[in-house]
Amino acid sequence: MALGVAALGGATALALNAISDNLVFFYSPSDLNSRHITGAHRMRIGGLVEDGSIARGPDGRVVFRITDGKADIPVVYHGILPDLFRQGQGVVAEGRLMPGGVFDASTVLAKHDERYMPKEVVDALKRSGHWQEGAANPAAAPLAATAARLR
Amino acid sequence: MLSRFANPARFVRVSAALLPWCAGVSIALILLGLYLALIASPPDYQQGEAVRIMYVHVPSAWMALNVYLFVAAASAVALVWRHPLAEVAARAAAPIGACFTFVCLTTGSLWGRPMWGTWWVWDARLTSVLVLFFLYLGYIALVNGFDDPARGSRAGSLLAVVGVVNLPIIKFSVDWWNTLHQPASVLRLGKPTIALSMLAPLLVMASGFTVLFVTLLLIRMRTDLKQRRIRALQLDRLTPAPAPPHTESGLPARPVAAREGI
Amino acid sequence: MNSVDGFLAMGGYGAFVWPAYGLAVLVLGGLAAYSWRRYRASVAMVDRLRQQSGRSR
Repeated sequence: MALGVAALGGATALALNAISDNLVFFYSPSDLNSRHITGAHRMRIGGLVEDGSIARGPDGRVVFRITDGKADIPVVYHGILPDLFRQGQGVVAEGRLMPGGVFDASTVLAKHDERYMPKEVVDALKRSGHWQEGAANPAAAPLAATAARLR
Repeated sequence: MLSRFANPARFVRVSAALLPWCAGVSIALILLGLYLALIASPPDYQQGEAVRIMYVHVPSAWMALNVYLFVAAASAVALVWRHPLAEVAARAAAPIGACFTFVCLTTGSLWGRPMWGTWWVWDARLTSVLVLFFLYLGYIALVNGFDDPARGSRAGSLLAVVGVVNLPIIKFSVDWWNTLHQPASVLRLGKPTIALSMLAPLLVMASGFTVLFVTLLLIRMRTDLKQRRIRALQLDRLTPAPAPPHTESGLPARPVAAREGI
Repeated sequence: MNSVDGFLAMGGYGAFVWPAYGLAVLVLGGLAAYSWRRYRASVAMVDRLRQQSGRSR
């Protein structure tokens, strides 16, 4: 019993440790510029996949740019992309910043926004001009709004 | 209202009348919810059919938080006013809440894998819900772990009350910090960002889960009271009716539950 | 039947949707069954103890 509580306490401590490392779950491309983050340590960057930036190499490599509307960063990734990955989508890439300024991602996670709608409703909204692309997209929400305005 | 219901003998009477209705309503609501969730609702414009996982994941998450709030409130009443029924209620509710939290975590994982591309990340939302699960387990371990039930229940109640700080952290983690998890769609300032055809199964399922919680709570509270009665009867048999030898050693001549006529 | 197959496939997400629902039914249904059986057992135990103490007095 005491052992069980101790184990739970330990597990909670570990979880809290993980949370403190991850409170800033990702940096935006602007963060990278303003904080002059360099070096080879692992980090995550988050933002929107820039429209028209996705290029697939013959060897299964994917190159795209992550943008927050103010700054953007090229990303190279080799692997299986989540189903939600597409242009304009919020993504979080984990990996290392290479010396040339290219982000070498080992994992790419997709964020989805908090909007849940059937396709017909979205189409109707788009037809009537009430659809705000990326407005509710949570990848750095205020920045996403900026990105939408710039587009 | 609470104090009228809070008399154990009256609780037994009222809960016996409520129980079949609660059970029936919860089954009906959940069946309707399943029909709406799996058949009648449309696929999402981004997530396709995978969005259907939401209809179990999100109601479980709401229940995980609400049941914890219930356990903590009942624990506070038990600590401050030493009301016997409050303690019984907290004890009975905690495993139900733990099950809802477990369902929330596992269905979330099954949803995250195809959508986000990962089973799990240590972001603030997911981690704080995992801590909630540990709080439930810790409470259950404490309440059942002491030889002296009164001490165990005090220790558990304290943990439950202190653990309340985790609830706002869970709720607002998606707004305060960068998380992989998306912000709230229904319980938010302004209009929900979810189509009506998808909100309906969500709300039906959530109300089904709520009534299910009440049903299980009543069953488990009645079980707890019966267990106390069993202990009292067994103690009665150990202590012969004339000249009970244990009274000098601090044991009450008749246990509490027996006196209250449960 | 094609429509049944399509329903089970869940647009390719069947491997995630069905385990999620199965797990929820298993955990919540299991808790309900366990709670109910424990309640019935407790009721039976009280009745038995009552009868026994009734006989011994």
